[in-house]
Amino acid sequence: MEMHLTPQASIHLPRLAELVRAEDITRVERVYEFKLADGAELGHRPGQFVEVSLFGIGEAPISISSSPTKRGTFEIAVRAVGNVTNALQKLEVGSTVGIRGPFGNGFPVEEFKNKDLLIVAGGIGLFPVRSLINFVRDNRAHVNRLIIVFGCRRPEERLFCDELATWSQCEQTEFLETVDTCDESWTGNVGVVTSLFPKIDIDAEDTYAVVVGPPVMYRFVVNECLKKGIPEDQIVLSLERRMKCGVGKCGHCQMDGSYVCQDGPVYTYSVLKQMKEAI
Amino acid sequence: MEDKVISKADFSSMVDRLIQEGEYDSIEGVKTKDGKYFFGSLTNSGELCLDYDVTLLPPKKYFLPQRETVITFRQGERPAPEPVAEASSVVLIGVHPYDLKAMELCEAVYSAPPADPNLMIRKSKTVVIGVDCLNPNPQSFSASMGFATTESGYDLMLTDIGDSYVVSVGTDRGADLLARYGRAADATATNLARRDEVREMSLGRYEKSLSMPADEIPAILNETWDSRVFAEKSEVCLSCGSCVMVCPTCVCFDVEDTVALSLDSGERYRKWDSCMLTDFAKVATGENFREDRESRFRHRMHRKGKYLLERYDKPGCVGCGRCGLACLVDIALPADTYNLLKEAS
Ligand SMILES: Cc1cc2nc3c(=O)[nH]c(=O)nc-3n(C[C@H](O)[C@H](O)[C@H](O)COP(=O)(O)OP(=O)(O)OC[C@H]3O[C@@H](n4cnc5c(N)ncnc54)[C@H](O)[C@@H]3O)c2cc1C
Ligand code: SF4
Ligand code: SF4
Ligand code: FES
Repeated sequence: MEMHLTPQASIHLPRLAELVRAEDITRVERVYEFKLADGAELGHRPGQFVEVSLFGIGEAPISISSSPTKRGTFEIAVRAVGNVTNALQKLEVGSTVGIRGPFGNGFPVEEFKNKDLLIVAGGIGLFPVRSLINFVRDNRAHVNRLIIVFGCRRPEERLFCDELATWSQCEQTEFLETVDTCDESWTGNVGVVTSLFPKIDIDAEDTYAVVVGPPVMYRFVVNECLKKGIPEDQIVLSLERRMKCGVGKCGHCQMDGSYVCQDGPVYTYSVLKQMKEAI
Repeated sequence: MEDKVISKADFSSMVDRLIQEGEYDSIEGVKTKDGKYFFGSLTNSGELCLDYDVTLLPPKKYFLPQRETVITFRQGERPAPEPVAEASSVVLIGVHPYDLKAMELCEAVYSAPPADPNLMIRKSKTVVIGVDCLNPNPQSFSASMGFATTESGYDLMLTDIGDSYVVSVGTDRGADLLARYGRAADATATNLARRDEVREMSLGRYEKSLSMPADEIPAILNETWDSRVFAEKSEVCLSCGSCVMVCPTCVCFDVEDTVALSLDSGERYRKWDSCMLTDFAKVATGENFREDRESRFRHRMHRKGKYLLERYDKPGCVGCGRCGLACLVDIALPADTYNLLKEAS
């Protein structure tokens, strides 16, 4: 006789959330706003992620893109690349999804207190750092300078254009932007994200750099940060790995001895430097 | 705890009574077919084989099934996901010490916060009767790992001393089972001396061993990341994953959804997965963090010899030898690689 038990706290059981808003960012990226069905706050830190479930299709780890200061709902921004992320694109407002998490360590926000913060985002690396940027903008006294550097391949791939405009116009935020390639209509900087570094003047000892982007970007940007003299333990990176469980069991996200889903996804360069499989 | 002794005939009667009385949902033990051993359901004590070298699959399958449903849901507007844990009460007979040590590791992984209740429920509903391994398989090096015998992980532990078994009682649950089903006497000094002797003799029967103390493995791995041993060994790897599928300490899984034919409901299940398969670390954008055979092979050796130990304070390899027996190109046994690395370092 097999017993069919209802365990108290399955690591696989998601909470339910309702899609309250969805908008295209680009042709392949979309932002989704969810409200937990039980009315609770998600209670995340910037840099954490959730496992988003579409029942019958599967789960995908996605960074929380909204700031914890935004109450009642939370946002994720997703590029459609496969099963779950494509199905998500077709989801209609009012639909129900599953959410597990928040998972991961998030950015070390406490350590940024009274420091200068240099945020470098490449492409959809902006999705997770957007949570941090808006958190800091809502608690502007938390850090001294806020410098945002954003790069993407082409002007059409710029993300959250309204917010980029707000940041660039805000006096308390220093905003630099570049695209890899473009036509004449683009009047801004052209070149990879590191091409902006000569324009940035910082007090390295007092600066934390947060770097999120595609794997190829890390080596170059970290190098620039080091050249500027930012200490290794003040260079903070968020990494992507394959994830199935989010809770340190399935083994997919393992990088050296570390479970990126629990010990990460955020690491300092001084820690990553010791790892063979990191960058 | 105390040591008892039970004649082989009385132990067989005990197994038959356990099967007949039906207090437990099933009585599982080591059986044999075509010269191979495996864990399966017993219908009478005659099927039970306690003198075996190794089973094809480890008893891990009773705690972490190859495929298990973890949630059910409805399709459509109201998904109503429900957690699921299928568990039945089992007496599991004939588990070797290395497999008991391996279960302790699995338990450490799954009970680390947040704990997985599925494994824990099954663990709590299973009475485990171990048996000492007196005739190890040719690939086993569990003696080198310190797991030829064990002092923990069982409710009862048998040692074959000829016409009877010495029964080491590990838990109250074990003592209770023995008292209710078995006709055991207190072990005499002679019985215990004989137990020590057969255990001692078994140590001479291991064909494989480590050329260093097991606790030196992490340090050796630390020094040899770039060693050519990994490239040379893994050159012929078929990326078949067999070494992982038979391993008692491999705990990784994949998760998938299925939808019923009626399309109105579905389930999410997890199933064993293998870090030796090509796509294990591949992310959706195409980046594969262990793309080549060498990096996967190295990862497995490090996970077995270092990562799990450092994280859970229990070795990630118990030396059972199953991977060595399963690997068609004879490269999978960790002891062989550790010995080569030691030589090279
Ligand atoms: C911590 C973290 C945070 C993240 N945050 C975000 C975020 O904010 N926004 C975002 O858009 N993404 C984010 N990602 C990435 C996101 O998780 C993936 O894009 C997502 O999991 C893809 O899931 P999917 O089901 O849509 O794709 P899948 O269907 O799983 O796969 C997508 C692609 O991979 C290929 N593929 C899959 N499996 C195999 C296989 N076995 N063999 C060969 N090819 C295969 C498919 O062909 C397909 O092209 C994050 C990832 C992590 C780890
Ligand atoms: S790695 Fe090989 S020898 Fe070690 S426990 Fe697993 S199957 Fe047994
Ligand atoms: S080591 Fe052997 S068993 Fe393991 S994946 Fe390679 S060929 Fe298969
Ligand atoms: S995602 Fe499963 S262990 Fe990290």
